[in-house]
Amino acid sequence: MVSTVHKRHSVGGVGRQACARSSSGALAARRSGGARWNARVGRPSSTRIGAEEKEMLMWEALREATDEEMERDPTVLVMGEDVGHYGGSYKVTYDLYKKYGEMRLLDTPIAENSFAGMGIGAAMTGLRPIIEGMNMGFLLLAFNQISNNCGMLHYTSGGQYKVPVVIRGPGGVGRQLGAEHSQRLESYFQSIPGVQLVACSTARNSKALLKAAIRSDNPVIFFEHVLLYNVKGPVGGKDEVQELNRAEVVREGSDITILCYSRMRYVSMQAVGDLVTQGYDPEVIDLISLKPFDLETIYNSLKKTRKVLIVEECMKTGGIGASLSSTISENFIDELDHEVVRLSSQDVPTAYAHELEAATIVQPEQVVDAVHKMCGSAIPA
Amino acid sequence: MRTTWTGARAVRMEGKVASGPRGVVGSRRRASSFGRPLWKSRSRVVASAQAEGGKAGPSGKVVGVASVSKSKSSSPSPKGSGSNPDKVVNDPSFKVDKEAARAIYVDMLRGRNFEDMCAQMYYRGKMFGFVHLYNGQEAVSTGVIGAMRSDDYVCSTYRDHVHAVSKGVPMGKVMAELFGKKDGICRGQGGSMHMFSAEHNFLGGFAFIGEGIPVGAGAAFQARYKRDVLGDESADQVCASFFGDGTCNNGAFYETLNMASLYKLPCLFVVENNKWAIGMAHDRATAPSMGDKEPYIYKKGPAFGMPGVLVDGMDVLAVRKVAEEAIARARRGDGPTLIECETYRYRGHSLADPDELRKPEEKEFYAKRDPIPKFREYLIKEGLATEKEVKALEKQVDDEVEEAVEFADASPRPGKEQLLENVFADPSGFGIAADGGSQSPNFP
Repeated sequence: MVSTVHKRHSVGGVGRQACARSSSGALAARRSGGARWNARVGRPSSTRIGAEEKEMLMWEALREATDEEMERDPTVLVMGEDVGHYGGSYKVTYDLYKKYGEMRLLDTPIAENSFAGMGIGAAMTGLRPIIEGMNMGFLLLAFNQISNNCGMLHYTSGGQYKVPVVIRGPGGVGRQLGAEHSQRLESYFQSIPGVQLVACSTARNSKALLKAAIRSDNPVIFFEHVLLYNVKGPVGGKDEVQELNRAEVVREGSDITILCYSRMRYVSMQAVGDLVTQGYDPEVIDLISLKPFDLETIYNSLKKTRKVLIVEECMKTGGIGASLSSTISENFIDELDHEVVRLSSQDVPTAYAHELEAATIVQPEQVVDAVHKMCGSAIPA
Repeated sequence: MRTTWTGARAVRMEGKVASGPRGVVGSRRRASSFGRPLWKSRSRVVASAQAEGGKAGPSGKVVGVASVSKSKSSSPSPKGSGSNPDKVVNDPSFKVDKEAARAIYVDMLRGRNFEDMCAQMYYRGKMFGFVHLYNGQEAVSTGVIGAMRSDDYVCSTYRDHVHAVSKGVPMGKVMAELFGKKDGICRGQGGSMHMFSAEHNFLGGFAFIGEGIPVGAGAAFQARYKRDVLGDESADQVCASFFGDGTCNNGAFYETLNMASLYKLPCLFVVENNKWAIGMAHDRATAPSMGDKEPYIYKKGPAFGMPGVLVDGMDVLAVRKVAEEAIARARRGDGPTLIECETYRYRGHSLADPDELRKPEEKEFYAKRDPIPKFREYLIKEGLATEKEVKALEKQVDDEVEEAVEFADASPRPGKEQLLENVFADPSGFGIAADGGSQSPNFP
């Protein structure tokens, strides 16, 4: 029985892995026997830890990305609650204010709507702010600024002003944090015209994607997950950036395409561990880019497998999976043997009690069951 | 990190109940610090001291509460126009030279004539949607924006045509934008409520009230950042954010006042209090402060650590004087100022507003205080221009407005290919190619 009880970890704690069994993609990939893909290139590369690579936790990787980009470009700054002296509630900006000063690690008052607006005004006039939401849910208070100004300003100004902000923060269901701290705002933001949505999942891609997001001239909403900050893995060097609009092939396979993102990558890979022993060969793709969808990678996969299973933490109604499912059905109906199946969270506020919280989100057993249903009974090895 | 701007002595004002015009207490001391007193006699400012950089300093008292409760507000209609001793009114000793005076007159007239032309064009079916006209408030736009440099920033609301024109955006481009044409300042994509001009540092044009206030603070923050972090000594730009009385009940207003004061941002908060938020009279929407019978917006400044000034917004020279002081204060590094301009809009909230709630007496009262004929009279009386020169200026403005309409009429309509342009600064991956044409994803 796959354990879904994860070890408890302290906020920003160092050295303990959040997901004991479903750890980094590399580990799961080796377990399942698939080659480890170099996501940037799209071709298999030998598994190597090069001289400039080191292993670190995701929060350290995000911190390193922020540090490197702030050093590279003096117009980059971070603004948000407790990003300065406190170092960020998930330690992503730990001690950076000592290096860069209090104006570049701007501790804001608790006024999301206004400091997001201030960040946008600063971006319009030449700076490149990283606006941190202490929890993505808090950014609901900044929705006006994100939707109207962040998203629309480049268009309504006829291209005169650009808004090169990165809006980042932790979201997703954590460990009994209660309904309001367990929200998945990617679905709320996805319709906003003019914003780009990215979800990181490993130490490596979190660093490379954050660097790319900071360098991008588009407003990027960068989703992290509360439970992934202590995920350990190798990270790239100073110059490794990852394309913001490319999905990652986590595991190559032939039976079914599993599309997932953020923590559901680990849930899927945990299920894959069981599925492989049962004789299935799933292909797992981490979407990374929630807007736009990387239809090319998705198409290349479903061309092979002819079945798509979406595993997401968003709610069933209006989630990322909902639009992804329609897009796939509309564009690729001839390549599919089965309707697109979505495993999503229940349309309920996330309860505090552990059992109810676990029942709200997708668990690995559900992924296993879904694959069984879609692919038919297990293929003998 | 570099220290914050220096030279900021605490501004301390001690208020006493007014029994007649009084000079500012402590003006002598302040004169030596800042060169000349901040406010002349007969006008008083509500301000509070802010200790600078951790030094123990006296906290000033809010002035004016006692005096206002003693002074009567005048007859019920029009409200708030009574003799408030805090209000900055025209100071005869504040002079402007010939050139400045003519520029002021022309600017106000441009605003008025442009808006009148907009109304005409709207009723002729050349522009659509929500159009909010500025008639009557020209003294505020000219008074504040005319005191700014071209590299200063202005952030406005949906009532932004005249702010844009005052800031230097060519009339033709604004008119073309209103007509929805390709040569509009936003390529026809913004419309009346979304005027932007990067060239003129005009930050918009926002439809939701309160939305632009933090954006203006962001531009001010950028100026401070350029100076303190990037080391550009010449970065002393200021930003003026304009908004109305209704906005002053919005959270973004208070949040931004707090941040602007906290970070000592070089900005101006200019409240165009025209007493009405569509159909909501100011005193029906805003609670008065303790001890007051009427709501006063300027008094909220000191609560957030900045001076609050009430000024007669129908008098362009009064506004200009206050604006100059506030801009100088911001440029010095002393932080923001809240300026409440008592003004009036002669037309409805928008061209769709039947404007049935405002009393005729109120409209008449303010019609008599029209800033433009008043200043015209002043020009001639002070010998700053002859009647003939004034008429020539008026013709010049008429011609400019006519040309703007011609330019807008001649401008082409945007084609469908423009639909997907400018959604993203970097359009790759969105099925929108760099040239704006839609791109089919890369699969057979």
